Amino acid sequence: MLDIFDFYDRMERNNIMLSFKGNITPELLTSILQIMESKLENMEETPKLKKKVYNVLVECLQNLYHHMDEAPVPDESADTQRSAIFMIGKIGNDYNVITGNYMYSDNVAPLKDKMDKVNGMSKEELKAYYKEVLDNGRMSEKGGGGLGMIDIARKSGQKLEYDFMDIDNKHSFFTLNIKISPNKN
Amino acid sequence: MEPINIEGTPKTPTVNFDSSSGVIEIKGRSIPENSIEFYKPLVDWLDEYSSSAQSQTSVNIQLEYFNTSSSKCILDVFKKLEAIHNGGQSEIVINWHYEEDDEDMLEAGEDYQAIINVPFKMIETEEQ
Repeated sequence: MLDIFDFYDRMERNNIMLSFKGNITPELLTSILQIMESKLENMEETPKLKKKVYNVLVECLQNLYHHMDEAPVPDESADTQRSAIFMIGKIGNDYNVITGNYMYSDNVAPLKDKMDKVNGMSKEELKAYYKEVLDNGRMSEKGGGGLGMIDIARKSGQKLEYDFMDIDNKHSFFTLNIKISPNKN
Repeated sequence: MEPINIEGTPKTPTVNFDSSSGVIEIKGRSIPENSIEFYKPLVDWLDEYSSSAQSQTSVNIQLEYFNTSSSKCILDVFKKLEAIHNGGQSEIVINWHYEEDDEDMLEAGEDYQAIINVPFKMIETEEQ
C-alpha cells in the first residue's frame, strides 16, 4: 500500500499549498490558476507580491505546457506519456514554485545555456535583454517567445535554481525551483 | 468598418476596437496558451483601420496580468499603431494604465515605450 502518510507529512513540512502530477492541458492550467488566485487572495501579502507569485506561476506552468517532452516508456508497445509535476509552497516568507518534467536530452544544453546566461545578468542587463528578445526574437513553433525564463528571473528578482537528471540515453528530468521573497521585492 | 467587441475571460482580455470613435481598448488579463490565435484578428483589424483612420486615435491598455506569449502579440499591435502614426493616417496616443505599486506593469509599459515610436502616457490607477 502507498504510504499516504509519508506523502502527507512531506507536503505538510514543506508547506505545499497545491501540487499536481499528470498531463498539463489548458483546462487544467485554468483550474490551477483559479485555485491559486483565490488562495493568494486570502494570504496576508502585499498586492505586489501576490501579483509576482501569480505571474511566475503562469510562466512556469505555460513553460511546462509548451516545452515538456514525452516520458520514457517501458517498452515500445506502451503509449507515450506526457506528464509533469508542479508544486507551490511557502517556506518561511518565501514562495517556491517548483516544476519537474521530462525532456529529450538533446534539448538540455540549449536550455541550460539560456538559464546560465540569465543567471549571470544584473537587473538592468535582464531588462535590456528582455527588450532585445521582445523586439528581435521570433515566436518559436511551440508558441513561446523565448521570454519566459527572462521574465521569471525579472519578476522573482532571484536566480533560477535548476537541475537536470539523466534518466536514460535519450531522456532527462528537468527540475526548476523559483523563489519569490517579499524582502527581495 | 465593423467594430471588435470581445468580452473578457479568465485568460483573455476585454477588447473594444471602434473605428467610428477612434478608441481602441484592451483591458483585463491576457494569459492564453496560444496568444497568436487571439491577437491575429486584432492586428488584421488595425491593417484595415489604417486606410480609414480617425484623425486622432486613443489607445487604452489596462492589463492586470499578461504572459510573455501575449507580450510579443501586444508588441505586434503597437507596431501596427506605430505604422499608422508615422504614416500620418492618425495621431495616436497609447494610454498605459497600471495599478498603484505595480512596478512590474509600469516597467512593462516603459519597455514598450522604449521600442515603439508613439507617445505613451503612463496612468496610475487605484487598486481594484
